[in-house]
Amino acid sequence: MNVNQHTPMASPYGQPQPGYGQPTYAPLDGGYPAPYAPYNGPASAYQPGASATRPPDLRTPHPVSAPQPYNQYSPVRWDMQNGPPPMTQAPPSVTAPAVSQPYNQGAMNLSGPHPYPQHYGPPPTMQQVTNQMTGMQIGSGPPTPAGPGYGKYVLSPPSQPPFSSAQMPPTSMAQANHLPPGPQAPQVLQPPRSPGPLQQPPPQPGMPAGYPHSAFGQVRGPQPGYAGPTPVNPTTGPQLDPDAIPSPIQVIEDDKAKCNEPFTTGVRGQAPPLVTTNFQVKDQGNASPRFIRCTAYNMPCTADMAKQSQVPLAAVIKPLATLPPDETPPYLVDHGETGPIRCNRCKAYMCPYMQFIEGGRRFQCGFCSCVTEVPPHYFQHLDHTGKRVDCYDRPELSLGSYEFLATVDYCKNNKLPQPPAFIFLIDVSYNAVKSGMVSIVCQELKTLLDYLPRENPDMDSVVRVGFVTYNKVLHFYNVKGSLAQPQMLVVSDVSDMFVPLLDGFLVNVNDSRLVIESLLDQIPEMFADTRETETVFGPVIQAGLEALKAADCAGKLFVFHTSLPIAEAPGKLKNREDKKLIGTDKEKSLFQPQASFYNSLAKDCVAQGCCVDLFLFPNQYVDVATLGVVPVSTGGSVYKYTYFQAQSDQERFLNDLRRDIQKPVGFDAVMRVRTSTGIRATDFFGSFFMSNTTDVELAGLDCDKAITVEFKHDDKLSEETGALMQCAVLYTSCSGQRRLRIHNMAVNCCSQLADLYRNCETDTIINFFSKYAFRGILNNPTKAVRDTLVNQCAQILACYRKNCASPSSAGQLILPECMKLLPVYLNCVLKSDVLLPGADVSLDDRAYLRQLISCMDVAETHVFFYPRLLPLTKLESGSLPVAVRDSEERLSKGGVYLLETGLHLFLWVGASAQQELLLNIFGTQSFSQIDPATTSLPVLENPFSQRLREIIESFRAQRSRYMKLMVVKQEDRAELIFRHFLVEDKSASGGASYVDFLCHMHKEIRQLLS
Amino acid sequence: MATYQEFIQQNEDRDGVRFSWNLWPSSRLEATRLVVPVSCLFTPLKERPDLPPVQYEPVLCSRANCKAVLNPLCQVDFRAKIWACNFCFQRNPFPPSYAGISEVNQPAELMPQFSTIEYIVQRGPPAPLIFLYVVDTCLEEEDLQALKESLQMSLSLLPPNALVGLITFGRMVQVHELSCEGIAKSYVFRGTKELSSKQIQEMLGLTKPAAPGQQGRPMAPQDAAPSCRFLQPVHRVDMNLTDLLGELQRDPWPVPQGKRPLRSTGVALSVAVGLLEGTFPNTGARVMLFIGGPPTQGPGMVVGDELKTPIRSWHDIQKDNARHLKKATKYYEALANRSAVNGHSIDIYACALDQTGLLEMKCLSNLTGGHIVMGDSFNTSLFKQTFQRVFSKDFNGDFRMAFGGVLEVKTSRELKVCGAIGPCVSLNSKGSCVSENEMGTGGTNQWKVCSLNPSTTLGIYFEVVNQHNAPVPQGGRGAIQFVTQYQHSNTQRRIRVTTIARNWADAQSQIQHIESSFDQEAAAVLMARLGVFRAESEEGPDVLRWLDRQLIRLFMFHLRRSPFLQVFNNSPDESSYYRHHFVRQDLTQSLIMIQPILYSYSFYGPPEPVLLDSSSILPDRILLMDTFFQLVIYHGETIAQWRKAGYQEMAEYENFKQLLQAPLDDAQEILQTRFPMPRYIDTEHGGSQARFLLSKVNPSQTHNNLYAWGQETGAPILTDDVSLQVFMDHLKKLAVSSST
Repeated sequence: MNVNQHTPMASPYGQPQPGYGQPTYAPLDGGYPAPYAPYNGPASAYQPGASATRPPDLRTPHPVSAPQPYNQYSPVRWDMQNGPPPMTQAPPSVTAPAVSQPYNQGAMNLSGPHPYPQHYGPPPTMQQVTNQMTGMQIGSGPPTPAGPGYGKYVLSPPSQPPFSSAQMPPTSMAQANHLPPGPQAPQVLQPPRSPGPLQQPPPQPGMPAGYPHSAFGQVRGPQPGYAGPTPVNPTTGPQLDPDAIPSPIQVIEDDKAKCNEPFTTGVRGQAPPLVTTNFQVKDQGNASPRFIRCTAYNMPCTADMAKQSQVPLAAVIKPLATLPPDETPPYLVDHGETGPIRCNRCKAYMCPYMQFIEGGRRFQCGFCSCVTEVPPHYFQHLDHTGKRVDCYDRPELSLGSYEFLATVDYCKNNKLPQPPAFIFLIDVSYNAVKSGMVSIVCQELKTLLDYLPRENPDMDSVVRVGFVTYNKVLHFYNVKGSLAQPQMLVVSDVSDMFVPLLDGFLVNVNDSRLVIESLLDQIPEMFADTRETETVFGPVIQAGLEALKAADCAGKLFVFHTSLPIAEAPGKLKNREDKKLIGTDKEKSLFQPQASFYNSLAKDCVAQGCCVDLFLFPNQYVDVATLGVVPVSTGGSVYKYTYFQAQSDQERFLNDLRRDIQKPVGFDAVMRVRTSTGIRATDFFGSFFMSNTTDVELAGLDCDKAITVEFKHDDKLSEETGALMQCAVLYTSCSGQRRLRIHNMAVNCCSQLADLYRNCETDTIINFFSKYAFRGILNNPTKAVRDTLVNQCAQILACYRKNCASPSSAGQLILPECMKLLPVYLNCVLKSDVLLPGADVSLDDRAYLRQLISCMDVAETHVFFYPRLLPLTKLESGSLPVAVRDSEERLSKGGVYLLETGLHLFLWVGASAQQELLLNIFGTQSFSQIDPATTSLPVLENPFSQRLREIIESFRAQRSRYMKLMVVKQEDRAELIFRHFLVEDKSASGGASYVDFLCHMHKEIRQLLS
Repeated sequence: MATYQEFIQQNEDRDGVRFSWNLWPSSRLEATRLVVPVSCLFTPLKERPDLPPVQYEPVLCSRANCKAVLNPLCQVDFRAKIWACNFCFQRNPFPPSYAGISEVNQPAELMPQFSTIEYIVQRGPPAPLIFLYVVDTCLEEEDLQALKESLQMSLSLLPPNALVGLITFGRMVQVHELSCEGIAKSYVFRGTKELSSKQIQEMLGLTKPAAPGQQGRPMAPQDAAPSCRFLQPVHRVDMNLTDLLGELQRDPWPVPQGKRPLRSTGVALSVAVGLLEGTFPNTGARVMLFIGGPPTQGPGMVVGDELKTPIRSWHDIQKDNARHLKKATKYYEALANRSAVNGHSIDIYACALDQTGLLEMKCLSNLTGGHIVMGDSFNTSLFKQTFQRVFSKDFNGDFRMAFGGVLEVKTSRELKVCGAIGPCVSLNSKGSCVSENEMGTGGTNQWKVCSLNPSTTLGIYFEVVNQHNAPVPQGGRGAIQFVTQYQHSNTQRRIRVTTIARNWADAQSQIQHIESSFDQEAAAVLMARLGVFRAESEEGPDVLRWLDRQLIRLFMFHLRRSPFLQVFNNSPDESSYYRHHFVRQDLTQSLIMIQPILYSYSFYGPPEPVLLDSSSILPDRILLMDTFFQLVIYHGETIAQWRKAGYQEMAEYENFKQLLQAPLDDAQEILQTRFPMPRYIDTEHGGSQARFLLSKVNPSQTHNNLYAWGQETGAPILTDDVSLQVFMDHLKKLAVSSST
């Protein structure tokens, strides 16, 4: 086997979740537990196919599996992963054979996950339902202890033997490449596949072959036959083999494997590679997936279809995304004094979807079909195919993404904008000074001011800067270059904020360098002895806003703040953190701002193009939900450094700050999404403000901000024309130029549900769902939001099952190929801290995450919900080790793992990690000598250390926020935190394990189907 | 016995007091018939180089509602060591320290020549002087520069331990912190928002540390330093403040075309008052406000910032067309009263070509004893020298200024106090000697005079309450005691006590005596003050009519024409300015203001005073006119021609040169001493500036009285005003008709 590829699969089904048998879902569904429990019993008994494969759980005394199986295949791995499992059990004799089988299946399964292979094969036939059914079958008939075997069999209770034989009725298999390897499945495809990725036949996406989907069935039920061999305690054990269920790692790896040439955007409706895959994009008329990703690349033609499928139609747009160096940034097009050419009716901008007619004298809009005259200066002849001769000379006629230079008509007050300004507002209250924040910020700003954003790297930035410090009152600084010393102007009238000076507040860095440096040197000294603990917040933003107003420019405020603003002033807050409200209907109020003041302030900020970035350094509750209102509404960011300590958090903060200041950003932006007749952008998620239903207003828009847009039908779409969308963002660049960035996207339309299900992107769907849910908790009880999510997901899958999958046993879980990870990812969303907080998760943390996720793109949500877990046994330059699934059972005591969530970075060290490994990484051989407080790895002169640090650096570089490295030693207290990210496991806060959830999902689906 | 003239002079020199009547009619009825009330002009701090202060506390009458100070008029029983109060007749034992008293060993306060005596008392720690500069930055560059220099210069004139503070304002108000090193700090207030004193103190961060300084007890400067970063001893912040002033920029906010700069004078003042209120209540302090234009925003705004709307004129006011007038006046009055309560005075130095809102702001100075100085620009010697003169020193090297004065007037039973007119506010002390009949600021026998200088003079009005049927015994005397407590500029607390007595006279039998005791000059000034006081509160014409009814010979003619009552040709600001000075100057200066002095210089004799009449304007004379506010040197036609021809340069015409020089020298003498510096005008026949003279002289010859035309006897005046002659004729007619 190819290790890389298969490892994950090969890895043992993890331990049966400890919680499996328990009424995990109890809260969700009262009725659930009942059926469940009984079911377990039999299931465990059943054990047949699974039994072979299942490795014993470390934690649960599961008798089931036998270690051996692995031995054969990859003993080493096995060891590593399972560690020396204190497993008890498993009669070898029995298992051995079983093992072999499962293994094969495993291989087979692999094929399953690949979308392509599936089409390809005859697979259906292979499908083994058998084992699949094992775990899943959650009892349909609650009371019956026997549990539902699989669907069909449900009625015929417990006594089903079939499993062992493993034969599923062929029908069920029909479609499938189903993942879950039935024990038997083995055959056909197996062999070829061993080589790994290669094997996938290059199935073309469009291939008619099978419908891609995975099917799972599991049957479970008391299998008499197996019961015997494995003396399982009936009450424990989940039967579902974790290895038998769709593996995110497998999907990711498969996608990587098949992507070896640049992705060209010319073909309509083509789903791009996954966000986890490295690929190059060639813009051939549609926007790069780095700018726009859709949930479905084949939209249903009618509203009915859309409603039936429940698949959300949405796009995640990241208008100013940074492109890798080998891709060309959007060209800037200047259409002259009259501005960009647009459709007369719908005002869509010139784009490749405009059809030139009448010899090029007019063009017909692809969105609204209106015919518009081509202005004389833009006229060009058409060639024999009806294309303009200059088509490839003009980005707006040939590319998916480009920019227009805007004219004065596109500017506020019909006046070309001033260059933007950055204002730094620094809390200098006691806590801020004591934590070291003030001096760190001041020190850093001295150098950072040379890196203000600019478009031409050779020129100085035109961004002006200003400085304010504050506690209960505000101190403005006059840093005019002509002064010998900065001057401080104190404004104590916080109830009615104003800017005390105009000239000298916002300055060009180069003109005032000495004065600014002197100021930044003096600020920490001036407040070194402060006793002031109270702060204000509202007036701070007002001050920045007023300053920008006075200077008549857009800009960004960087607010460095420590505490709940309790000083008497507008926007004063009270501590309302009340744990008792968690889980009640009133919980939602905690996510809403406690004062409407900030909403109206945000509105004012947006009107001025004043974006607010908030850096929080709280030692206690600061009400992020309220403080974050302005940043979130203005396209800003919130950064939170709880219990900030200069020593340990400085690096993270400074890296975030550096990146935040330097990153490309646009100001005073308005985004509008136009679509072809038939659908309409109806809902938007992200950091912005909307004063009407169509215009997304962003006081600031940086390269990391994504906006999720939901579309709804308002008419029919046609398969012929597909669905077009054009996202136009009007913004002021950091050099003060007014521009329009245009992203065009065309997707196919389908009248068959199957087509829809074939061309979806689960990661994007999850992005949408998470944003949808996280906004939902503002107005609904958290539980209701979770239920809604589960329900919608079940409907999606049920619809597929009903309309697209070939008929099969009801007990069989059949998932569309491209959505087979939906359950696992959805589970991660459901058990995120926002929706299901653990006891140690503060309200602030939840509000923080909620806001953070609202503007994440697909790649970020993906890794956030399903962290990347890399085993660090052997590191090769140029490639990363293949990740393992986020489950404790995948961890080997002898190994070291790196886990990344986009926000956190952990280095987990197994208790019996190899000494060599430790030596390479930490420079010590002893596990006990590793300092868990360390946040950076020692620089050691060995390839392993080098490569590891390289990897860590590259991870950090990929993310918009710096990840602090935490070293977690196995069985250390900190491991609890780490475990929280092992999202396939049952979580401490009550979140279901993947396996449990899949079962639950299956049950829901079946309920819908019946 | 000396003549009344001498008696009056002597009294003035010794006690700084001049009464309208030096014999008092002995009953209310008779006193009322005399028209001019018993009243006096009193100069509390009249300079008395010959009067060494005594270093002990005054001895007070023990009666609680009397508390009169032991004085030469008291009867003393040296054996019993008892003295009788001459106001309430209470018999008081001398304090133990007076044990050694005897006929030959009397304390100073019993000696007749010490009818005025000054005590130095030790009460609390010495309070530093405080100077708070409130500076308008909406000035032209040149003006601001000149002002900065003047301010920097003034630092060197202050005693080293005096506290200074700086507030600047334009669109915003900045209170500068003076103690800090490195970064210059200031607290900024929005210029449009009215703030309470408490808010201001909170915003300045004064509320907490200021606690020990309250209770009216000033802090020692050492203690004050940390608690009030805004007021620091000169010696400590001298350099710092000089630099700060040097770096002072014009208000940076752009002023659009057609607009006035936004000037937040009102808020600046309220911040200044609030700051002092919170930090140094009841301590002598001067707020010195420098303005280059009217307040244009916020509370106390006098005119909007639209240039097309001119600032109010008398015409607007009469037409009730001055929108901001009432509100602004009320605002500044409230501020002035707060300031006065705490003993802080406010000076206004207004230098601008247009009006600056003195009409509305005058009460700031009038009620607190502050100065008002009006000029065209800070870059003029008028301002520079006047400002310098604020800091002039006396023969002891102390400032000629005193702070936090409280003037109390005690009277014998037959008299009651009706009120006072001068730079004071009432302390609402309703003693037994307070009349119900108010004249000026009445209803009290104590007034606060926040700032005093040696020439500050109050008019004090009395009422004879003795009933006709209860005659005062023959030879009885009425007594008045003035007790002035104040903070000397060397920070000592002092009490000056002046006790005077006048004989009662029965009007029926001694009307001649009473008549001859009439002090025409004092009466004129006192009546004029009453007139001005009324003019400030009533409509102009009514006051003139009232005055006309109160006949006082010649002065009335000029007073009628003076800017104190007549607003024609003067802006509201100018009127306020003139009136301000009129009600505080001593008698001599007041007379000059009412009837300007005209000297003539010619080859025909030594310089002589001549009639203030158009007939005095002759071609071969040089005239020097002193109106108090202006000094005009007017060269007659011939003299002007000679001068133009340059005769003065020729050796043989040395005498002409001397003639030219003589008025200059005299003018110089006046310029040296007068505060504020008068406007100095050197003009000649036909010169445009000659109008200053022509407008003052009695128009005995005008373009429409024929006999004047073409004669060589003087210069015709182009006016419709009546001449003195006509006025007198008319007056006589009236007098006759009214008596019938």
